[in-house]
Amino acid sequence: MALKLPIYLDSHSTTPVDPRVLQAMLPYFTEKFGNAASRNHAFGWEAEAAVEAGRGQIAALIHADAKEIVFTSGATESNNLALKGVAAMYREKGDHVITVATEHRAILDTAKRLEKDGLKVTYLPVPADGVVNPDDVRNAITERTILISVMMANNEIGTINPVAEIGKVAKERGVVFHCDATQGVGKIPVDVQAMGIDLMSFSAHKLYGPKGVGVLYVRRRNPRVRLAAQMDGGGHERGMRSGTLPTPLIVGFGEACRIAGEVMPTESVRLAAMRDRLQAGIFKGLDEVYVNGHPTKRLPHNLNISFAYVEGEAMLMGLKDIALSSGSACTSATLEPSYVLRSLGVGSDLAHSSIRFGLGRFNTNEEIDFVIDRVVQAVMKLREMSPLYEMAKEGIDLKSVEWTRD
Amino acid sequence: MAYSEKVVDHYNNPRNVGSLDKSDPSVGTGVVGAPECGDVMKLQIKVNQQGVIEDAKFKTFGCGSAIASSSLATEWLKGKTIDEASQIKNTDIVQELALPPVKIHCSVLAEDAIKAALADVKKKQESLTSPGVAS
Repeated sequence: MALKLPIYLDSHSTTPVDPRVLQAMLPYFTEKFGNAASRNHAFGWEAEAAVEAGRGQIAALIHADAKEIVFTSGATESNNLALKGVAAMYREKGDHVITVATEHRAILDTAKRLEKDGLKVTYLPVPADGVVNPDDVRNAITERTILISVMMANNEIGTINPVAEIGKVAKERGVVFHCDATQGVGKIPVDVQAMGIDLMSFSAHKLYGPKGVGVLYVRRRNPRVRLAAQMDGGGHERGMRSGTLPTPLIVGFGEACRIAGEVMPTESVRLAAMRDRLQAGIFKGLDEVYVNGHPTKRLPHNLNISFAYVEGEAMLMGLKDIALSSGSACTSATLEPSYVLRSLGVGSDLAHSSIRFGLGRFNTNEEIDFVIDRVVQAVMKLREMSPLYEMAKEGIDLKSVEWTRD
Repeated sequence: MAYSEKVVDHYNNPRNVGSLDKSDPSVGTGVVGAPECGDVMKLQIKVNQQGVIEDAKFKTFGCGSAIASSSLATEWLKGKTIDEASQIKNTDIVQELALPPVKIHCSVLAEDAIKAALADVKKKQESLTSPGVAS
């Protein structure tokens, strides 16, 4: 069978809506269009019932109570609400926040904003494998600490953090624990009870749901977490997030969570096998390739590799039939290579050479074999063209060369 | 980012990839950039006795625009005299390849590589003709 091109391997960025999810959503755009906040007629009741059903499906996937689900526009908003909401509400208690250098920009930039507002933020470093050490979290806690925010799994390197252990540390010291689980929910088992999570962000579009809807899980007991709303309005979502609920998106989010819970045990095994096939194929075809992040504590669908002596954007240009991401500076607006890889101590040269593969529900082994072939070809072609590869083959130590820098 | 057709063409069919013998006195070599910056260009020219560049080769570690800039540079260098070659400006490369502002540094690097290769060959030839060194 002929492959359909281009092949999508960027599932950390977003995923397509599962056809079952779309089917569930459709009636709520047209005939079932009511506002869930309309308490006085059947249209409103119908929408409210659909929203509550969706809320229940989402809560079930993460072992939460439906009342603890606060809908937002996406994980970025959830992260903003969590950090800013806690900072404002607990300001009397303290002014110190702990997070990690490899967090998503939605956390780091929000933390920077808190610093501008006078709070103190500790950005914990990570070791070379990218896994946050719970002892580092413990040692960073002070009398003034009001929030710990650590992601479940990293969006670039797929490394999974020991969230349950960090949750335990937070509980011991009575500090609110927020977890950005955008990359984890629907991919690996998540249990807010067992993991001791007080606040948790995630979005629908990373798990085959629609774009434009996210959740902030807000714990209601042991402890009851309170948040200052960041937007004024009708007082929806227990006063934490005003705005008319997007019924079709919530229905889709719920269905996506239901499916994820059902297929996760088999899907994660299938994806990990395909990922391992991809890794093995690339390693067989090329020398001097390096996996970034932890070798085993990683999302089943993630592979992040640096291809020495070739630049990431040039690789992507040679792989136009495959949708991928690179940690190269040239693919970002800032002209700086991936700060996540830099935080792991990966040299800038190898950070420029990194490619992130994100597998998904609809990828096949045939696609993976095609990708292996193309990647190996592209790297070989670029290495032929690379002065660094030539120098390395001549035995020149690239670190000893005096480079000219602009 | 969308690339211009010319960048794509140079990327897919790079002209004059390769290396010349850097110990040859008629060969000038310029290596500019740094791996940690994501761009390294090696540009080499072979100059005949009439001062005309009869061959040019490049190898580049960098993005598609960097590869295209150096590939184009080798194309332009061939057949030019040293003086003519020193007139090549990065803005000419930007214009020819329709590079967006974020990629202008690629053209700057290519101009630097040309200058470095020219300086290298000049230095070699001066040392050959200077008294006491000439054989």
